[in-house]
Amino acid sequence: MEGDIAQLGQFIGAGLAGIGSGAAAIGVGHVAGNYLAGALRNPSAAASQTATLFIGIAFAEALGIFSFLVALLLMFAV
Amino acid sequence: MASGTTSVEHAADAAAHGAEASGAGMPQLDFSTFPNQIFWLLVTLVVIYFALSRIAIPRISAVLAERAGTITNDIAAAEELKQKAEAAEAAYQKALVDARAEASRIVAEAKAEIQAELDIELKKADAAISAKTAESEKAIAEIRAGAVKSVTAVAKDAAKEIVSAMGGKADAKAVTAAVTARMKG
Amino acid sequence: MATEAHEEGTGLVFHPLDQFIVKPLFGDGPIHWYTITNATLWMALSVVAIVALFVLGSRGRAIIPTRTQSIGELIYGFTYKMVEDVAGKDAIKFFPYVLTLFMFVLFSNYLGLLPMSFATTSHIAVTAVLAMAVFLTVTIVGFVKNGSKFLGLFWVSSAPLALRPILAVIELISYFVRPVSHSIRLGGNIMAGHAVMKVFAGFAAVAVISPVSVGAISAIYGLEMLVAGVQAYVFTILTCVYLKDALHPGH
Repeated sequence: MEGDIAQLGQFIGAGLAGIGSGAAAIGVGHVAGNYLAGALRNPSAAASQTATLFIGIAFAEALGIFSFLVALLLMFAV
Repeated sequence: MASGTTSVEHAADAAAHGAEASGAGMPQLDFSTFPNQIFWLLVTLVVIYFALSRIAIPRISAVLAERAGTITNDIAAAEELKQKAEAAEAAYQKALVDARAEASRIVAEAKAEIQAELDIELKKADAAISAKTAESEKAIAEIRAGAVKSVTAVAKDAAKEIVSAMGGKADAKAVTAAVTARMKG
Repeated sequence: MATEAHEEGTGLVFHPLDQFIVKPLFGDGPIHWYTITNATLWMALSVVAIVALFVLGSRGRAIIPTRTQSIGELIYGFTYKMVEDVAGKDAIKFFPYVLTLFMFVLFSNYLGLLPMSFATTSHIAVTAVLAMAVFLTVTIVGFVKNGSKFLGLFWVSSAPLALRPILAVIELISYFVRPVSHSIRLGGNIMAGHAVMKVFAGFAAVAVISPVSVGAISAIYGLEMLVAGVQAYVFTILTCVYLKDALHPGH
């Protein structure tokens, strides 16, 4: 019975960690949206900043991946 | 969500089974496979590194450099050819202008020559015409003089005849003088 | 690995992570360090693909390139420009190293997307070795090139003096977290994509929602094609950024 409660905690935790993926999605959207806004204001400078865009997206997305990883660990590894 | 809960239970069971089978639920955390993966990864990386750095990169950079050189040379050659073409065009234009000038010069010369010849001929013709005119006038004057003489002779003769026919004795001197006076009058 | 969702009595059973299990290719024995496993097979296939693209593709050394050679030249030029632009002119001597990492990650990602394949880059062991290689290279090169001046990377001289020790601690932590985030970003992205596809594949066992499930798999597959390329690019460009830090530690 106590194992069941532990499992319940695991699944609830995994679900909560999954929220982090959504938050990362917001972050990635922010990065891409602001890039687009800046690119439309100054299209000539846009091409030189695509590398920065991808680095920013990667950093934002990495944190979402971390939370996904936490969820996976709770589901399968703990 | 009955099926959802059952699936979750099954997933948990499966996770538990997996954990029993390999020591950890996630294959990524199964440390018994790490030496194997790391060893083969290092082999892979070394092979790729040598294939790229010893064969592929020198080859591709040589090809790129050669292509860049070829393109530069071709552009230079094209530039040269273009300049040649421009020079040829300029020469052609110059030749054309020269030819035009030459042609107009020749035309002018020919015109002048013709004009000169024409003038000479005209002068000759004028001279011939005036000579002819003078000759004709002379001939006319002669004819007229001849005619006046004849008329005088005829008039004298006729006057002598008329006088003798009248029964008079024609004085040749008087008749001539009278005729001459009449002719003048 | 075939889809692991098989009906067991009433409900669906998901084994989204079974596709990542490393197992011997021949026989069923224990996995020693020299055992030829499915991971070995797919790493070897990526080597074969890279050699086919770069060595066989460019064997003509043609001024007017063939299709394969021109793809190889495009990747060469792309990576060369990235190293030059991001890491600086003096980082060109690391170009073969960066190209090796880029090519391995790119080809592993894309080969891992083939059905029934094994994604080598989804394993933390693999990505951690790649990231640690970059980390060690950057640290060693930084100290060899700049000596103790490399520590100036952590001492933010533009900040107020009182803040500098705190900033130094933060910079130090962020420096040592680099290989962790560098490896988990790549491995986690690839693993997440494959696991999500496998979960949708599990739903395909239910007849009513299977069309939706198949459509979702197709959509996720398209997304994963993008992610595979972007993650390889990001891995490489971060390598270049770290190299720039090693060569020019000033802020």
